Amino acid sequence: MIVDSKGALLSSQDLNTKHGMILYVEGVSVSFDGFKALNDLNLYIKDGELRCLIGANGAGKTTLMDVITGKTRPDKGKVNFGQQIDLLTLNESEIARAGIGRKFQKPTVFEALSVFENIELSLSGDKGIYSTLFHKLSGAQKDKIEEVLYTIGLIAERNYPAGRLSHGQKQWLEIGMLLAAEPRLLLVDEPVAGMTAQETERTAELLTSLAGKHSVVVVEHDMAFVRSIARKVTVLHEGSVLAEGSMDEIQENRAVREVYLGEEQAEL
Amino acid sequence: MNTLLNYPVLKKLSSLHWVIAILFASTLYVTVCNLFFAEGTLLHVSDYTVSLLGKYLCYALLALAVDLVWGYCGILSLGHGAFFALGGYAMGMYLMRQIGDRGVYGNPELPDFMVFLNWTELPWYWAGSNNVLFMIVMVFVGPGLLAYLFGSLAFRSRVSGVYLSIMTQAMTYALLLSFFRNEMGFGGNNGLTDFKEIFAYSLQSPDTKLALFVATAIALAAGYAVSHFIMNSKMGRVITAIRDAEDRVRFVGYQPAHFKVWIFVVSAMLAGLAGALYVPQVGIINPGEFSPLNSIEIVIWVAVGGRGTLYGALIGAVVVSYAKTRFTAIMPEAWLFALGGLFVLSTLLLPKGLAGLLDKLLNQISPRQTETTANAEKPAAVEVK
Ligand SMILES: Nc1ncnc2c1ncn2[C@@H]1O[C@H](COP(=O)(O)OP(=O)(O)OP(=O)(O)O)[C@@H](O)[C@H]1O
Ligand SMILES: [Mg+2]
Repeated sequence: MIVDSKGALLSSQDLNTKHGMILYVEGVSVSFDGFKALNDLNLYIKDGELRCLIGANGAGKTTLMDVITGKTRPDKGKVNFGQQIDLLTLNESEIARAGIGRKFQKPTVFEALSVFENIELSLSGDKGIYSTLFHKLSGAQKDKIEEVLYTIGLIAERNYPAGRLSHGQKQWLEIGMLLAAEPRLLLVDEPVAGMTAQETERTAELLTSLAGKHSVVVVEHDMAFVRSIARKVTVLHEGSVLAEGSMDEIQENRAVREVYLGEEQAEL
Repeated sequence: MNTLLNYPVLKKLSSLHWVIAILFASTLYVTVCNLFFAEGTLLHVSDYTVSLLGKYLCYALLALAVDLVWGYCGILSLGHGAFFALGGYAMGMYLMRQIGDRGVYGNPELPDFMVFLNWTELPWYWAGSNNVLFMIVMVFVGPGLLAYLFGSLAFRSRVSGVYLSIMTQAMTYALLLSFFRNEMGFGGNNGLTDFKEIFAYSLQSPDTKLALFVATAIALAAGYAVSHFIMNSKMGRVITAIRDAEDRVRFVGYQPAHFKVWIFVVSAMLAGLAGALYVPQVGIINPGEFSPLNSIEIVIWVAVGGRGTLYGALIGAVVVSYAKTRFTAIMPEAWLFALGGLFVLSTLLLPKGLAGLLDKLLNQISPRQTETTANAEKPAAVEVK
């Protein structure tokens, strides 16, 4: 079992994904002062899948991630991780330790710490007080950090204070921090915002290479980017799922064309 | 200086080594000059100066405690005077009991103020107060427990920023009012005083005063070493990370509230230790130590010295306290204005405090080639291949 005596989750290795599903979101509604940010939303993510989530500003994409990661509690609905973990009973850090990593819409790294230290803090493992106080990096952990630094292309910047990185580099560092935690599910909110074309291309490569080993949900406004990575796309509109399918299917979808792609049709 | 700092051995020394070496050297100097140079000679250090320095070292330890929570974890506590005072009261209770039947009323069991209130026996919470070990435990447990209760309440419900600072002020103010009341059993507004002996040594004797000064220097060195260890461990990095991006820490899998409570408790215990060493050196502890103003003054020491560097806190406490001693001797009523002015000036001109200034000067004399600072000189936005 992956839950210890206090209910904290220890590892996501033996997560039960019997039906091939890693995430179940069923009938979830969230309202803020009467405004329905999520409205009876259903979403299922397969183990190892790379899913893109699109939708206009305010469609509820970030709110959905908030619900999955425990930041916002829904008014009703069910959110399950694998078969047996009810995410609604866990807090943010327990959910993170259970194996769900999240990149924020606005890149958030530990600015005063070095790139290396940012990754170090994010490594999977015991996150309690005493193991943190007396922690010594093992050889395997150092290798893991090197591997992550290599993957995100920040080897040369390892000793920079993270606050000095460029915007795109911070986005990557944040993705690197997710990788260091070895999550089963990654939620990535607008990873290429503010990136150069070249950086965007590399990010697309990175995210596609993660699928399979991890399940990845990407929120993005950049349609060319979505097209370059997505197998399956989910369109959110006013807090619920409007359509789901391949990029081509989505573009053919009537409802989607009306409410979302309407004005972008020309360039697609 | 230049050549000195360039010795490879000296370059390897961390701030911990420097602080302990400087503390050791100055303590030794004061001790020798107090004991072996007669009054009137050039090198003589008076008993008065020894006591004054002892007081400054207590303040330095207190400032260190505040720096741990404010400078490193971003918790602006405006109530640390309360932990200092509680440590002081724990020591004061012990010292009261050592008076024995030499008080004005000659009661062997009860302190004078209790006799005055017509009490016939010690209240239950004074039990064990004449035991040294019990006292030492209480110096840490009293402030630690209060910090634990307050911290659990505040940090678990995610109170932060200005609201938290106001709560800490309210905490120390509430304690101020309670300790003023005679029925509390801590001597009311007179507090605890007229102490005679500590561990059977007369508090009036110059030797005892010197010993207390040395003990304070040792406590400060130990407190500094503990803080240095914490801040250079992974714990320290998590704490700094909480200051900069608490949400990120949470989504990485740590429980920020647990870490905040922990560092708050450690800090409160250091403050309690400072208070316990302070009381025998000044000879009194009264509710005035809970005054909200005191707690604000501590924060100003840290701001002037440079928050987020451990030695900055020590420098700030000693420099500002020395200025206060000098200033209040000339025009006491203007001190608060001077303090406020100092705070504004240092915020505007020295955002990193005196420690930042010192770093800059040392770097000019002998540029340090640490990897981070060396790299930081390069433009940050390097094209990634
Ligand atoms: N804490 C909150 N309080 C009140 N309203 C909120 C809150 N969080 C989100 N909302 C509202 O809920 C709606 C959905 O917001 P959300 O951030 O999920 O949109 P999004 O799809 O991520 O949009 P974007 O593409 O702009 O990031 C918006 O109208 C937003 O104003
Ligand atoms: Mg969003």
